[in-house]
Amino acid sequence: MANPTLTSQTGGQPTKYKRTAWNGMRVREALIGMLFVAPLVIGFVVFQLIPMIQSVGISFTNWDLIGQAKWVGFENYIKALTKDRLVWIAFGNTVYLMVGIPIGMALSMGLAIAMNQKIRGISFFRTIYFLPVVSSVVAMSVLWRWIFNPEYGLINALLKTFGLDGPLWLGSPEWSKPALIIMGIWGGLGFNMLLYLAALQGVPSELKEAATIDGAGAWQRFRYITFPFLTPTTFFILITSIIGTFQVFAQIHLMTRAEGPTSIGGGPQWSTLTTVYYLWLNAFQYYKMGYAAAIGWILGIVMFALTLLQFWVGRRWVFYND
Amino acid sequence: MSITTSNRLTKWVSYGVLSLGGIFTLFPFLWMLSTSLKEDQYLLQFPPQWIPNPLNFQNYRDIWELIPLAQGFANSAFISITGTIGVLFASSLAGFAFAKLRFPFRDKLFVVLLATLMIPGAILLVPQFILYRDLDWIGTYNPLIIPSLFGAVYETFFFRQFFRGIPDDLIDSAKIDGASWFTIYLRIIVPLSRPVFATLAVLAFMWRWNDYMGPLIYLQDNNMQTVPVMISTFQSQYITQYGLLMAASVVSILPILVVYIFMQRYFVEGIAMTGLKG
Repeated sequence: MANPTLTSQTGGQPTKYKRTAWNGMRVREALIGMLFVAPLVIGFVVFQLIPMIQSVGISFTNWDLIGQAKWVGFENYIKALTKDRLVWIAFGNTVYLMVGIPIGMALSMGLAIAMNQKIRGISFFRTIYFLPVVSSVVAMSVLWRWIFNPEYGLINALLKTFGLDGPLWLGSPEWSKPALIIMGIWGGLGFNMLLYLAALQGVPSELKEAATIDGAGAWQRFRYITFPFLTPTTFFILITSIIGTFQVFAQIHLMTRAEGPTSIGGGPQWSTLTTVYYLWLNAFQYYKMGYAAAIGWILGIVMFALTLLQFWVGRRWVFYND
Repeated sequence: MSITTSNRLTKWVSYGVLSLGGIFTLFPFLWMLSTSLKEDQYLLQFPPQWIPNPLNFQNYRDIWELIPLAQGFANSAFISITGTIGVLFASSLAGFAFAKLRFPFRDKLFVVLLATLMIPGAILLVPQFILYRDLDWIGTYNPLIIPSLFGAVYETFFFRQFFRGIPDDLIDSAKIDGASWFTIYLRIIVPLSRPVFATLAVLAFMWRWNDYMGPLIYLQDNNMQTVPVMISTFQSQYITQYGLLMAASVVSILPILVVYIFMQRYFVEGIAMTGLKG
């Protein structure tokens, strides 16, 4: 008897093949197939599944890596959600940093529309827009720390030439997040532009031509024809950007620590603390493994819920041209 | 307004938008280069010197003395290249099996593996560290390389997509000639799939070369560190030496920029692919 899952997968196989199923060759093929996927499955089990299950256990303990882990039940979760204001500050900062997402999306959409015109020099511009995407976030953070230098940095020097006194940027609790937002928009522009460009190339030109003949203006053509084709990409960028914002780490570690080994970053006044940065602080600076694991699970559940919510909301306004 | 004037207007507006975006993107890089070529006394000037005068290459000489950069490049290259080769080999073999071989629960297994892409990395940070500590891997390159040798779901997904487009006839005729499945992989699948290998290779290499948190957590000895962590350590010691810091940053991104300039097509395709599922 042929295995039903096998026949359904092979779909168009001739009946003759089905009857000869599970002869020596088929058994051999199945064994080799399983052998080829075995490393991937073993790697998943060893490096992800088992650690994930373990981390549930760890999150119910107090453990400093050296001594004995002590079972504390839900204490870590209760502490994180009701007693530790830094958890909420980190969430608040993340929400604030999300302000940059729609700005960045609008700018990259504009760039993509300009790139989609039939003009020369496109590959030149593309090369430039991609530079921040391929450069390491470490080098870029070191660079932007210098750009945001209050006295001699690029931005305040430019502001000064117009007679304006620039803020302290990373040194000020009010301006540290706008600084990170500016850097984030700059860094994501090329990547998002490329995604939008790919989507724009899928808009049928007949539709736009027909609309032009019917007397639709440029804005109407964009609003009613082009934009619906861009909603799946907008939706994708939105989800990945939100998830990415929770996980900002390198920029915080490189741009917000003062001189000296004791500085832990996330400042000033915790204004740049992100959730993953706080997780890292707890795990690898304070050695509170149980607490860090609990924060990891809270963040993981929030990110998972956000993704589901976005999918649910997305169904209402995303247009898929299938 | 006639069609041609409107077209010309669109064209000039487009150039305007692209140029503004280009200046916004490029200016920080030019500032980095300019700073790295200035003597310290000219850094703290207003208005700033846009083009360094005199040109000063001393920073580029000094960083090699102050940072074990040559060692760092060797370390980064070793981790990135072994990891990339490992992940491409294991993932392409798995992708081949998922695309062309028939075995029980094949498609169900694939869907389960795909779903694991949704596991947030934040959950894994602590338990993975503990796993590597129990294995006595902390302070070695093992945590940064060995998991890659088992392949990755993400790469497997794209290999499977591509391999499904390869006609079954090619495989069937090789089977009639008595070729083993591994020979088919090596002699038919791989040669036909060079573009997807190149695309995934530049992506896999770039992720590993630019990784920061992994080496920061798992490596301890500064001489074993990768270039990004060395730059970070250097920054914490020379936090106000912007000339040196910019020179080090320029040097640290040069290798990937060279690869990018020469293999631009694959970078662009690869990065477009990461958004395909949208």
